Amino acid sequence: MSIPGAGLGKGLAVTLKTLVSPSTTQQYPDVAPELPPRSRGVIALREENCTVCMLCSRECPDWCIYIDSHKEEVVVPGAARPRQRNVLDRFDIDFSLCMYCGICIEVCPFDALYWSPEFEYAEYDIRDLMHDKDRLGEWMATVPPPPPHDPLGEPSKEETAVAKRASAS
Amino acid sequence: MTWDLILRVGLVAVAFLTLPLLVGQTEHKVMAHMQARLGPMYAGAFHGWAQLIADGVKFAQKEDVTPRAADGPVFRLAPAVALLPYLLVLLVIPLGPGDLVGEQLDVGLFFVLAVVGVGVIAVLMAAWASANKYSLLGGLRAAAQLLGYELPFVLSAASVAMAAGTLSLPGIVAAWEPWWLLWQLPATVVFFVSGLAEIRRPPFDMPIADSELVFGYMTEYTGLRFAFFLLAEYVGIVVISALTAALFLGGWHGPWADSVGWLWMLLKTGAVAFVVIWLRVSWPRLREDQLQRLCWLVLVPLALAQLVLTAGVRVALS
Repeated sequence: MSIPGAGLGKGLAVTLKTLVSPSTTQQYPDVAPELPPRSRGVIALREENCTVCMLCSRECPDWCIYIDSHKEEVVVPGAARPRQRNVLDRFDIDFSLCMYCGICIEVCPFDALYWSPEFEYAEYDIRDLMHDKDRLGEWMATVPPPPPHDPLGEPSKEETAVAKRASAS
Repeated sequence: MTWDLILRVGLVAVAFLTLPLLVGQTEHKVMAHMQARLGPMYAGAFHGWAQLIADGVKFAQKEDVTPRAADGPVFRLAPAVALLPYLLVLLVIPLGPGDLVGEQLDVGLFFVLAVVGVGVIAVLMAAWASANKYSLLGGLRAAAQLLGYELPFVLSAASVAMAAGTLSLPGIVAAWEPWWLLWQLPATVVFFVSGLAEIRRPPFDMPIADSELVFGYMTEYTGLRFAFFLLAEYVGIVVISALTAALFLGGWHGPWADSVGWLWMLLKTGAVAFVVIWLRVSWPRLREDQLQRLCWLVLVPLALAQLVLTAGVRVALS
């Protein structure tokens, strides 16, 4: 048995409740938003870690990472013959194409790419969204420290390896 | 005597210019918070208090367009015809005890009902003169709606006039007693609902219905003339709220009515205006047939029954 017009009263109650409960709107340009620590804002590059393996560039779904490099001979004193190493000439990410999937960061075997929560890098010209390796390097300062290990999660590989070695010996 | 008259008319004009803006700003903020938003926050630096002033400046800057096919003079006159009746109504609504009223009029209620009815002419003028099919559809809807709702509006007002035994608005307020709230409750509801329909506020905004008729009879209007129509809507809220408060909620009656009666009147008007805004935010628009059904099958019989009740109680009391 429903009272006719009960829905009308319910509607009024909903709006009145919303009226008296505080609004969750964030006044963005005046007040900086409180972002979760691992927000995906921009991709930062630690240039020293990059070995020009090209994994990130190849895995990128929309091919927005551009990498150029050349080889350099390194003469190590005392070694039989000189070594070769890759030198990074260009590392650009085109943020007008990037869809923030984070695959490049996942695949990087040497931890050269990181997420930074900074997001205020809008530009008036779309071409300025191409960040070169110096610009990407500047974002490194804004990368938050990695989160602590979850105390309830599985122990890390290093810990299990140490425990296994200790029990074996 | 002349100075007294000028003062009264001046005060009514000030109320005419400020109260609608107050209601409009309240609507901005209340509607925003009811929808979990903040509403205007920047204009005037403190919680957007100057938003409507900014809107007014914007409207004044816009081009005043009269469509080529439109009936020029009628088209240009319609906003003024929409606005003026409400100004006249404000003149006779009592604010406080004694002669705290723009103009003592013995047939005040009759005058109010007659003048509010002029609104439909403005709507029809705007609709027909626009030479636009949406405007015409909106205007015809408005005509059907306003003619229909005029009847319960007048009947419920007649009930309270019969109860008080006078047509003068200050007289009705003076005769009011708290138990009338219960006795005249059906009339209060009928008057308020049909008043909402008279000023074409949601959920009775079929003539405007922006999702189907663009903006109904206001489709072709721009700039200041459009602003006049909007202002007429908000003055309409003030007038309907003030009439409901004066006729049914006891106007200036309340504790210390002799000194702060005007405050009670303003508070009651504000509370009714808040309900008007509240209904707008909460309820969807009625369909055209639902609108007519509510009027003819619910409100008119209810108003007639209230008239019988009022007459019966009056005869029993005397």
